Amino acid sequence: MLLEVEGLCVNYGHIEAIRDISFGVEEGTIATLIGANGAGKTTTLKTLSGLRKVRAGTVKFEGKDITALPPYERVKLGISQSPEGRGIFPGMTVTENLDMGAYVRTDRKSAAYREDVERVFTLFPRMEERRTQVAGTMSGGEQQMLAIGRALMARPRLLLLDEPSMGLAPMLIQQIFGIITEINQQGTTVLLVEQNAAQALKRAHTAHILETGEIVRSGTGAELAGDDSVKAAYLGGDV
Amino acid sequence: MNFSFLFNNFAELTVTGLAFGAVYALIALGYTMVYGVLQLINFAHSEVFMYGTFATLWMTITLVGSGNPGGLQTFGIMAAALLAAMVVSGAIALMLEKFAYRPLIKRNAPRLIALISAIGASFVLAELMGVRDDVAGWFGLRETLDDYVGGARVNQSMPNIVQNRTLFAIGEYNIRMVDVIVILSAILMMVGLDQFVRRSKTGRGIRATAQDPETAALMGVNSTRVIQMTFLLGGLMAGVAAFLYMLKIETTKFDVGFLLGIKAFTAAVLGGIGNLRGALVGGLVLGVVENWGSALFGGEWRHVVAFVLLVVILLFRPTGILGESLGKART
Repeated sequence: MLLEVEGLCVNYGHIEAIRDISFGVEEGTIATLIGANGAGKTTTLKTLSGLRKVRAGTVKFEGKDITALPPYERVKLGISQSPEGRGIFPGMTVTENLDMGAYVRTDRKSAAYREDVERVFTLFPRMEERRTQVAGTMSGGEQQMLAIGRALMARPRLLLLDEPSMGLAPMLIQQIFGIITEINQQGTTVLLVEQNAAQALKRAHTAHILETGEIVRSGTGAELAGDDSVKAAYLGGDV
Repeated sequence: MNFSFLFNNFAELTVTGLAFGAVYALIALGYTMVYGVLQLINFAHSEVFMYGTFATLWMTITLVGSGNPGGLQTFGIMAAALLAAMVVSGAIALMLEKFAYRPLIKRNAPRLIALISAIGASFVLAELMGVRDDVAGWFGLRETLDDYVGGARVNQSMPNIVQNRTLFAIGEYNIRMVDVIVILSAILMMVGLDQFVRRSKTGRGIRATAQDPETAALMGVNSTRVIQMTFLLGGLMAGVAAFLYMLKIETTKFDVGFLLGIKAFTAAVLGGIGNLRGALVGGLVLGVVENWGSALFGGEWRHVVAFVLLVVILLFRPTGILGESLGKART
């Protein structure tokens, strides 16, 4: 297991945002957490990145307990996140945003670094065209691409994606999920948080359903996608 | 209203106004950077400046002694005094961050609490300088250090190191060397800082944190270090400001920071708080208008002119002259 979460509890004040959740992510796979708004998906990802304090439970990465590590140490270990609502730096250009993604790297002048920039541009040709554009002036879809590309610049072992399809046109959603699969096939483990359950289950090897802060179902993507109760609750009846 | 005085001395008034403005601008940088990153007004920043003036004063007294330096020696003394001011101001700024702010930020205290902590720290630092002869007395150093700690609550004067001679004249107006040094060095420091924030890795971390602290943390930016760097840079700039102020004014006092701090804060708000270039614009505008105003209405109207200007500009442009925040400053 690349990532192991054991009995994780996170509070916002007195409100329990996540209650005793446990799951793992196998190296080289795509795992997904699906669930309705407010189920605790984003909180889970923020906690994995070290942005939220853990009340109880542990998070292990490559067998190492990282529960108490600050966010920047986790990025150095290889956990990188594309946050919800895109979270790009609006006042920076595309190139500067990508540079921020590589903040913890010390090889910014190297060929490997340029290769990684090229890789992002190959995945998202739009970004190359817009490299000098100020990110805040780009469309929602472009900002989403930039956020994912930026997260890749850290050369992550584990890529955390928070709602990459949010607010995008259906065509673009297909495209983004295609790219996520491609990134995974290039060797990056992905943990995907989504409200678009149909697409997420189709792409994911393993899936977990979050309801009001608890995991209520787990299985392979195909299993859950074929389950009647999951269909009724999350897939709008038809896939 | 003395129009003829203003018009007859227009160039000179403008240049001395710019010199004051440059000092305001350098101090304003500290307010504006900390605000940009933490959305917090560091009210103790005025004391960071005040300690810098004393560092300049004491270093100059020590080096000049009873001699009469000239030429290269003068240059060496100025360099040493500038360095002393920057080190002392930088250190005070870092201490403020560590003791007055970090414990509060760690606990997620409301900004209002941090503001009160800043006001408290400001008074403690100022009064400590005001009772320095007593403090020296506790350690039995009152006599040895008399040149430095005597007259703690009155104005202290520095030996004149830059001759106040005329450098050149525009028409009939005399432009003094000290004003030129002050304006040029302030602009140089500003440009340097601006480039640092835009180009260096630390600068990118500061800008990213100002735009979105959580996302910056996700990129691997160590927010504690960014906050420290922000305070340090502000402190260094206040140190430069203190040195230049001492070159021009030559006297200082334990409470000198109060009015200058408020003026610099005004300059920061005037230019657009959170915006580095705004601090420069705000400082220069404030310095010049204030100087014209005091020529027009008389010296006692100086502060009235400054704050009326602030109110008028904010009425029409609530975000200040340049308005944009530090985070949104573009390349």
